[in-house]
Amino acid sequence: MQAFTRLTGIAAPLLRDDINTDQIAPVPPLRVLEPDYAAQLFMRWRRRPDGAVDPAFVLNQPNFRAARILVAGANFGCGSSRESAAWALAAFGIRCIVGRSFADLFYDNAIKNGLLPVRLADAEASAFEALVLAVNGGAPFQVDLVEQTIRGPDETTFAFEIDAADRAALIDGLDDIGLTLKSADDIAAWEARARDARPWLQSVNRSEA
Amino acid sequence: MPRTLFDKIWNAHVVARRRDGRTLLYMDRNVVDDVRAPQAFGQLERGGHSVRRTDLTIAVQDHSVPTEGRGTNDPAVTAFTDATRAAAARHGIRLFDIGDPEQGISHVLAPELGLVLPGATHACADSHAPTVGALGALAFGCGTTELVHVLATQTMALVQPRQMRIKLEGALGHGVSAKDAILHTIAELGTDAGRGHAIEFSGAAIDAMPVEGRFTICNMATELGARTSYVAPDEATFQWLAGRPFAPAGEAWERALTSWRELASDDDATFDQEFDIDCSGLEPQITWGTDPSQVIPISGCVPDPAAEAAERQAGHRRAIDYMGLTPGTPIAGLPINRVFIGSCTNARLSDLESAAAVVRGRRVADSVVAVVVPGSTSVKRAAEARGLDRVFRAAGFTWHASGCSLCAGGNRDAAQPGERYVSTSNRNFEGRQGAGVRTHLASPAMAAAAAVAGHIVDVRRMLAGG
Repeated sequence: MQAFTRLTGIAAPLLRDDINTDQIAPVPPLRVLEPDYAAQLFMRWRRRPDGAVDPAFVLNQPNFRAARILVAGANFGCGSSRESAAWALAAFGIRCIVGRSFADLFYDNAIKNGLLPVRLADAEASAFEALVLAVNGGAPFQVDLVEQTIRGPDETTFAFEIDAADRAALIDGLDDIGLTLKSADDIAAWEARARDARPWLQSVNRSEA
Repeated sequence: MPRTLFDKIWNAHVVARRRDGRTLLYMDRNVVDDVRAPQAFGQLERGGHSVRRTDLTIAVQDHSVPTEGRGTNDPAVTAFTDATRAAAARHGIRLFDIGDPEQGISHVLAPELGLVLPGATHACADSHAPTVGALGALAFGCGTTELVHVLATQTMALVQPRQMRIKLEGALGHGVSAKDAILHTIAELGTDAGRGHAIEFSGAAIDAMPVEGRFTICNMATELGARTSYVAPDEATFQWLAGRPFAPAGEAWERALTSWRELASDDDATFDQEFDIDCSGLEPQITWGTDPSQVIPISGCVPDPAAEAAERQAGHRRAIDYMGLTPGTPIAGLPINRVFIGSCTNARLSDLESAAAVVRGRRVADSVVAVVVPGSTSVKRAAEARGLDRVFRAAGFTWHASGCSLCAGGNRDAAQPGERYVSTSNRNFEGRQGAGVRTHLASPAMAAAAAVAGHIVDVRRMLAGG
């Protein structure tokens, strides 16, 4: 996993609530195992039904084509658990999403892919969104996960909170399975206990009855 | 200290607290589907790991499978189904493959085979994993990377959710089902009310609800944003499970039953949030918009965005534009092109029976293409044994093999842009069932009624012979 500490980049406003993963990464008509995830990102918003690029969509506007930060509303990433939503954002170059809230499954998927989801409280979010709209892609924002701040081109600084485990995972790029396997003895001990306590759960077998 | 059922199952499955503060929760079962399997097993192998418990892991083919022409060589299908088959073989995992008499949608197949049991934990890398919580299990969805973690360790690394109880009170009227109750609940509470929460559903309407309806409720708790959801098991649950192929039998069943009867929240247990939803007098519900909270009763009219709170107006306008609707017009009478009866929400035997009861002796309107996709091959067989396939076919429905089909839009069963659908599935998102497709979510009975009428209609009028 790519580690995340600091990021400087253009912030693109997509100020809608409830942006779901079917919108972030639609199922393409021709599914393949390893699609072009960057092209998949917001595919149905970036392109019209005839395939032509929609110049009005924010990420198609010249100011925002190189966006590294996406600014959305509440409940970003709701719906399907598809991790391709995080893969598509990352492939496009988005490394940080700022929103008022995030759906649980998307939030976890983002962390595991080195994307920083920043939650801002409503009052802060309003001020931040206003600044992003005013800057209009003309200058970069700086995201600092170590300091837990986002700084605008005018030096206005917004502080954010993040769970310590998620912050550490992003900064250190942790090996999740490796971390769990430090508890391998606990897993084996749990299994031994469960064998006696709940024998009917111990394997997937067709019952003889 | 009083405990909720969530506390009891969670605590019994805590393996360790990981150094980063996450809880390692043991997963009694892990179900892997054909969308995630190709990448997940690849990732697992590249990481040098193996499947820790092949005996607790099963694989299914559901998202990609054709529901007509099973033997396709379409690479958009076979890339996924072949890779899933190969991975299951490589790792020695039981696969419910295409052609298997028990193949089906993971959330339908697992409980109906008795692979999900009360008090158990259940992993499935799909957002609708909590469907099976209806049996009193704790089920967790996740993404591909976490699935790899479950495969390698048989645990999920979780942050303990907060807890919510939603009591569905009152009695559901004739022609009103679990789907209507949960659509109404989502309309009342919103699409993110359950975020970060485990939701317990209880109350008189749940107590009286057949087990299959409880699956519909827990399935759509995902559309409340819930991390997981469940219903405490009762005698109806045990009866429903008894004799299922993978459920314990004989002495093991008796021992399990003794343990399962303890599975309830203590009377004085507290929840972080509680809601009461009154379902008495509830009409059949239907969505008008592009998220599952945009719901109105069948007697209602498309809401006017101008009447909404300022911050919601833009979203409402977009939804109305996408859906091609005019504010203020009654939803009943809206012409439709297609009907889909299927999905992990509403494609169990009782769902097909309720739709067939409406369809029997009637014809699908000439302007409508109507399909039934049973939730599993077992459901399909049971329905055929009852003659339901003949009822649907005689009315002009097509009768398909099992799979996720149009709900997930992954198997080529797509509709055309601008077409209006009544669907028994769980998501009416923009483009989910094909670019530009307009989806209205409703119960199987309502979908069947719309197919016959050619427009959205109150199924109760049809049941009354109107």
